[in-house]
Amino acid sequence: MTWVWSNLDLIWDRTFDHLILSVPSIILSFIIALPFGWLAHRYRASRAVILTTVGLLYAIPSLPLFIVLPFIVGTSIRSPLNLIIALTLYGVALMVRVVADGLGSVDRDVQQSATAVGFSGWTSFWQVELPLAGPVLLAGLRVVAVSTVSLATVGAVIGAPSLGSLFTDGFQRGIQAEIIAGTLATVLLALALDAILVLIGRVLMPWTRRSAVGGASRPGAVAREVST
Amino acid sequence: MIEFHSVTKRFPDGTLAVDDFSLILPSHKTTVFVGTSGSGKTTLLRMINRMVDPTSGSIEIDGADIATLEPVKLRRGIGYVMQNSGLLPHRRVIDNVATVPMLRGMPKKKARDEALQLLDTVGLDRSLANRYPSQLSGGQQQRVGVARGLAVNPNILLMDEPFGAVDPIVRAELQQELLRLQQELGKTVVFVTHDIDEAFLLGDRVVILRTGGKVAQVGSPADILANPIDEFVATFVGADRGKRALHVENYGDGDVVVDETGRLAGVLVGERSTAASPAAGAVSAGTVSASEKSKAGLRAPGASAQGGDSQ
Repeated sequence: MTWVWSNLDLIWDRTFDHLILSVPSIILSFIIALPFGWLAHRYRASRAVILTTVGLLYAIPSLPLFIVLPFIVGTSIRSPLNLIIALTLYGVALMVRVVADGLGSVDRDVQQSATAVGFSGWTSFWQVELPLAGPVLLAGLRVVAVSTVSLATVGAVIGAPSLGSLFTDGFQRGIQAEIIAGTLATVLLALALDAILVLIGRVLMPWTRRSAVGGASRPGAVAREVST
Repeated sequence: MIEFHSVTKRFPDGTLAVDDFSLILPSHKTTVFVGTSGSGKTTLLRMINRMVDPTSGSIEIDGADIATLEPVKLRRGIGYVMQNSGLLPHRRVIDNVATVPMLRGMPKKKARDEALQLLDTVGLDRSLANRYPSQLSGGQQQRVGVARGLAVNPNILLMDEPFGAVDPIVRAELQQELLRLQQELGKTVVFVTHDIDEAFLLGDRVVILRTGGKVAQVGSPADILANPIDEFVATFVGADRGKRALHVENYGDGDVVVDETGRLAGVLVGERSTAASPAAGAVSAGTVSASEKSKAGLRAPGASAQGGDSQ
């Protein structure tokens, strides 16, 4: 514990580095997965191709990817950008299928009725299909967030600072407290991001929690008003 | 006025849903398409707002061929009410009603004000405005669906089995509401149902369809009941048997009406009486003379407005 107290600044710095790596990756993977997921959902022919390809992305081992990527995109190996790109790829690999499934989960009747009352394809996607896919997208995004936070630690091996640096450093120098602190901080960070996502979901999708909005007593109150 | 000219629809899988269908639907009247599943009634309805385009033939609304109109714009000008309400589950009741006016560019404030008034029109309490559709009963949801259909004040209202999924008591209530609304608003209503009782109750004109979108008979409910054109129609409307094959029996000082099985269906209350008694209601679509009056008579009882179906 003494190690933790005397190195709080270091832990904060690494936590910040970790956030710089994970948060942009999570956001980017969501944005990039949207059009691919939509394509996979919309066109039967493209579904198998897209889902298999992105599925394979996830099969690439992370360490070689971190090393190979700079040669492809021209970043330096230790640059956060290199890691963000790699983490985004893994996020996309998970998220594309989620987007496709989420859009597929939207009630056909609701879509039909949206078209029937005059939503155009584009408007319907943004105002009807995407919001209604929300609960599935959120569930997928939570998995992506936690997995990205965990994967980002691997960057420490190639020297990109993150909470993972606490294990590599602690391991090399034989400081057990540092290893434990790094692990715990990673888990806590993952939980924190997960909680934030849940919160965002609550704010953006109030219709998913009826009890909070409706109030069980209200229907009775209405019935009383009517009967008087 | 909606005109179908030799409209045929064959789906890609080869099903002939509608076969050479021609009909003129008069303005400000309710036309009901009734038939079993596979009779093409829903396809016919969906062709009016270009949810489905005909394989051949043309459809005109007030003289304009709808094939030349932009589908999204056309749909925004036609009210549409469907089974299970089709409301957007992620939007509050008021926003569901305001949806189409806002798509047409009406400012949010104005659209919501008008939506509140529409809730009154369809007999829903304003306190429901901020609920989500899942927080309403089936009957209330259908009322919101009707309010949404009326939101752009369309000339045409398309109703695709709108009351098919609610229980019989609520359905009867909603049917009376629709009759009341129609009397006030005088829309050109096109209503699809498989329920012949509903068709006779709501329709100024009833179009009976047989499998493959062929017209079996078109006419007022009384026309069809009095002169079914063939065996199919007679069987379909039940004029050949059961509760619609009514006859009068003398009973003491008065006449009673009984059905084929001898069950009492009502009482005969005089040729030109305007009685709104429950007895007149009981023979609402019967073949006896009282039937013409019964529709007006039926409006009075049970036409309680204020969301009586709230649970």
